[in-house]
Amino acid sequence: MTGSDQNKAPGSIGGSIGSVRDQIRQPLWLLAELTYACPLQCPYCSNPMDFASVKKELTTEQWLDVFRQARAMGATQLGLSGGEPLTRPDLVELITEARKMGFYTNLITSGVGMDASKVAELKQAGLDHIQVSFQASSEDLNNLIAGTDAFQHKIEMAKAVKANGYPMVLCFVTHRQNIDQMEEILDLAINLDADYVELATTQYYGWAMHNRDQLLPMKEQLERAEAVAHRYQQEQKGNMKIYYVVPDYYEERPKACMNGWGNVFLTVTPDGTALPCHAARELPGMSLPNVKDMSIDAIWNGSDDFNRFRGFDWMTEPCRSCDEKEKDFGGCRCQAFMLTGDPTNADPVCSKSPHHHVIEQALERGRLEAEKPATQAKPLVFRNPKNSKQICGL
Amino acid sequence: MVEPVFNAESVPVLALGYRFQFEPAQNCNVLLYPEGMIKLNGAAGEILQRISEKKQTVSELIAELKVAFNGADLDDDVYTFLEEAYNNDWIRPE
Repeated sequence: MTGSDQNKAPGSIGGSIGSVRDQIRQPLWLLAELTYACPLQCPYCSNPMDFASVKKELTTEQWLDVFRQARAMGATQLGLSGGEPLTRPDLVELITEARKMGFYTNLITSGVGMDASKVAELKQAGLDHIQVSFQASSEDLNNLIAGTDAFQHKIEMAKAVKANGYPMVLCFVTHRQNIDQMEEILDLAINLDADYVELATTQYYGWAMHNRDQLLPMKEQLERAEAVAHRYQQEQKGNMKIYYVVPDYYEERPKACMNGWGNVFLTVTPDGTALPCHAARELPGMSLPNVKDMSIDAIWNGSDDFNRFRGFDWMTEPCRSCDEKEKDFGGCRCQAFMLTGDPTNADPVCSKSPHHHVIEQALERGRLEAEKPATQAKPLVFRNPKNSKQICGL
Repeated sequence: MVEPVFNAESVPVLALGYRFQFEPAQNCNVLLYPEGMIKLNGAAGEILQRISEKKQTVSELIAELKVAFNGADLDDDVYTFLEEAYNNDWIRPE
């Protein structure tokens, strides 16, 4: 993924979830992960580690069929993501058709591979919104600030976004290696005349999980970054909106992941697997329905996967009797599985979880790693096909 | 008391990135914006539909609404709504 899109709660589109199956809501948000191809190698990517095993992406016609079905069920928001969606040669066609269907189309991109004429072409196609994620790595940010060609490219691209009548929405994924550069990040956004800046903290799935020890920020770093962000929020009031999200590892309560399982959010991966949460492929016992074999309606309403964690009956304690369960749904099922071995457990981010110590241990491991001299530090593993094949034995 | 943003001569337009449309699946009018959606009630839908379709002053907008709603006395309600919509970042004066 090129940004934090994969981790983002679907904004105000959510709401309260029904507690029984006959109250299944319609999917409002379709996240189309068009491709795993990406010119970047961000070590904080939440794509699966074994992405290189996906050989065949859905065709243009297959994607359009998915769009049509989801739209007919009432989906209004379409996220086009990846990988880098600009690598799909049919991107303009997909956007043109999606817009005709009545979708609000959101392109989530690194901007690599985009130029002013491409932005104009996308606008012509009816694209509603571009979110540009910055900073593939801290080195990349340093390059940007140092004024390299990449920086010039970003400036031109950002100008083209504005010139075509879009609000400029920038996303910075923060982690231990770049969070101390919060002023530089926000100054860059001001220089680019951004309308919205999202300071998205890395969430630990996929490659980010693999690199967690090297990416988890220290508490002191966070406190400083937060103070900087709040200062800029005040100074930029009425000019640039800054969204700052606290990383869930430092919270007392878990995030309301996806606004509830199978509630508003439907992800379709490059090979057509439909997922209720972007890391759900990793969960044990999933049937992983594919849009090539089943209708979206059958997947959303009838599949075991999408019904599995709907409502509250699946919950174990302390969630089951918790008076906050309708607010956060017990957190993320994928995180609960990754960190406790059982997806029905409370997300261990919650201080009420009997497994909360695993979060504290992860933070401690991160601290030990951070304190190592540079020569002994574990290198970041970059997200690329070579590493994917090597690590996953493909 | 906050100074009102709109007067009879201002021209309200949808904020950057906002789109008005009717949603058959929900059977209601909605405002779509980056990564979000607002479901509109009947009155809000009537006003925002007109704002999205045609650039006109608030007084022209009110006149049009009066024709559509049998001369109802709706001036204050429209002004109140416009200020609220502005505070929600849905619209701005052109």
